[in-house]
Amino acid sequence: MSMLKIENLHATVAGKEILKGLDLEVKAGEVHAIMGPNGSGKSTLSYLLSGRDGYEATAGRVSYQGKDLLAMNTEERAAEGLFLAFQYPVAIPGVNNMYFLKAAVNAQRKHRGQPELDAVEFMALVDEKLRLVDLKRELLSRAVNDGFSGGEKKRNEIFQMAMLEPKLAILDETDSGLDIDALKAVADGVNALRSPERSSLVITHYQRLLDYIVPDRVHVLVGGRIVKSGDKSLALELEERGYGWIEKEVGAV
Amino acid sequence: MSNEQIERVTKKEYEWGFVTPIDSDIIPKGLNEEVIRMISTKKQEPDWLLDYRLKAFRHWLGLTEPVWPKVHYPPVDFQEISYYAAPKTDKDRPKSLDEVDPELLATYEKLGIPLHERAALAGVVGAESGGGEGLSGIAVDAVFDSVSVATTYKDKLSALGIVFCSFSEAVKEHPELVRKYLGTVVPHTDNFYAALNAAVFSDGSFVYVPKGVRCPMELSTYFRINASGTGQFERTLLVADEGAYVSYLEGCTAPQRDENQLHAAVVELIAMERAEIKYSTVQNWYPGDAEGRGGIYNFVTKRGLCAGARSKISWTQVETGSAITWKYPSCVLKGDDSVGEFYSVALTNNFQQADTGTKMIHLGKRTKSTIVSKGISAGRGQNSYRGLVRIARQAEGARNYSQCDSLLMGPDCGAHTFPYIEVKNTSSQVEHEATTSKISEDQLFYLRQRGISEEDAVNMIVNGFCKEVFRELPMEFAVEAQKLLEVSLEGAVG
Repeated sequence: MSMLKIENLHATVAGKEILKGLDLEVKAGEVHAIMGPNGSGKSTLSYLLSGRDGYEATAGRVSYQGKDLLAMNTEERAAEGLFLAFQYPVAIPGVNNMYFLKAAVNAQRKHRGQPELDAVEFMALVDEKLRLVDLKRELLSRAVNDGFSGGEKKRNEIFQMAMLEPKLAILDETDSGLDIDALKAVADGVNALRSPERSSLVITHYQRLLDYIVPDRVHVLVGGRIVKSGDKSLALELEERGYGWIEKEVGAV
Repeated sequence: MSNEQIERVTKKEYEWGFVTPIDSDIIPKGLNEEVIRMISTKKQEPDWLLDYRLKAFRHWLGLTEPVWPKVHYPPVDFQEISYYAAPKTDKDRPKSLDEVDPELLATYEKLGIPLHERAALAGVVGAESGGGEGLSGIAVDAVFDSVSVATTYKDKLSALGIVFCSFSEAVKEHPELVRKYLGTVVPHTDNFYAALNAAVFSDGSFVYVPKGVRCPMELSTYFRINASGTGQFERTLLVADEGAYVSYLEGCTAPQRDENQLHAAVVELIAMERAEIKYSTVQNWYPGDAEGRGGIYNFVTKRGLCAGARSKISWTQVETGSAITWKYPSCVLKGDDSVGEFYSVALTNNFQQADTGTKMIHLGKRTKSTIVSKGISAGRGQNSYRGLVRIARQAEGARNYSQCDSLLMGPDCGAHTFPYIEVKNTSSQVEHEATTSKISEDQLFYLRQRGISEEDAVNMIVNGFCKEVFRELPMEFAVEAQKLLEVSLEGAVG
């Protein structure tokens, strides 16, 4: 079954075309990696899919679990199971992390017609997920990302992902700025959530993360289009040879 | 945030805009000595109080309205206001709650303020603590237009020697206390509106907590303007004797009208040695409509005197209502080691204007003050913080910490800060921090990406911004304040 199908997607940011005819299909249960040089449109793709204001599709189609993704607003996409792990998670001073998570979990449950979790049920879920993700419990009682270290912020993203149990997780350069321990912790969290019903789109600059999260497919994004796809060995080749040879091969910048 | 986002979240209607159809005794419009004598006669006041009013009135005639606040409004015609309005039934003042006009009780029900003592226990406290008898409820004094209509839990409180009653009643029952303290913190010469209030004040609350008594329940007053063409001029006087403690809360609402109505109150607090007074306000006067028509002019003088050593006065205010707010709850820290605090959230939406802040006057040695001010502006709202920290020569080792944060929602609103600092000695320490920020698109997107609706996301961010102030409110009212903020912001996201 197709989880995500992108056809001939064109998108602009502040009037400038960044995605120029992107095609991509991710099936349920698959992990795809998207790699590419700076400015190739990686972050634009993740923001466009998650519905950030200012990111506009000008042509093409995006079908998500058979539905028209671009017709949904940001919070509907989230409630339908699309999760974005941010590259730079923002701090929200004064808003308790646990309170925020409970609001998010229950908003999504409400959208799906499920009863909201009460405090006891919610805490049980927190305890269960803390066994999957290596996150200091005290961070849950602090304000969202406020004063967190880089690694703590990323672990917090993965913990939110575990709590929300998305269908499609987009990890936007989650590995950037992480030391090896944090990287492993993040990868363990992602791997723990792998299942035949879930898919992931791992956007990364380096192949290092892919040693821990082994992808089914690797795509190279250059100049707003997927210019080459392959299996895990493509990531290793990119690591060795850089992006220059692909850019030459496709004649695009 | 984008403009449409602001629009969507900050448009919400005022819920308390109804009028109670009640027979009122309203005196003719206008202000002169005759009117003041009439008010005094209606209230059967002693001569000394009439003299006080007349002295204030004569002084007021020589004053002009202050123009320094950063607010703009057409001049107020003081002859076009009626200075006294009372529900008719007050002629034979109700002896107990059972005799209060059912329309009035219904009004307070509608406002969610229980005037029945049992209801107060079951409804407000019971929900949190599982009920239970005893002195753990909230005692309420309800002021409707110019008179107090009911005060609850009076008997239970008086068993502890605590006086909690309407100001008028205090004048009759405890004239020696009223006479001793009235005007000692805010003299009738203090400013234009304080002088006006001293001349025409109608009712308000009076509290006296005797030596060493810790008041076991929250005391609160709810003010309601109902009659049209009137002003409300209440006077509140609160005295905590040596070692006493009291927590007091006031709330206020008014009907939705096209006219502007004037509210000019005076609040005086006095804390003796080691006494502590916590005074919280949830101000929700009608703010006017989305085009800026109508709304209350809220010109209020509030001041507390830390008279004794190691006394403490703490002001917490949540200001979401009124067309114009002009208000500076202040502390005069006279006793050595006394403490003054001011925690404020002020929100202006649509065409609301607020010029609010505090004055901390350090006179005693090692006196300490804390100021935390959170201003939120949306729509075309203009929000100013104005504060004075004055440390006198003799106030050795005094300390002040001030923090003023402003949050802007949308391109048409404004935030302004006017901090004044005067330090006359070298052993004191003053810190001032200020920030101005916008609700960031990053934060909003982050919350929405987790499935939280745009409106809930804005409320969450704003409540987070105000948290340091909300946690100073008594628990029941912190919830109320949060809800109020949400309602006041509805339609305003930016």
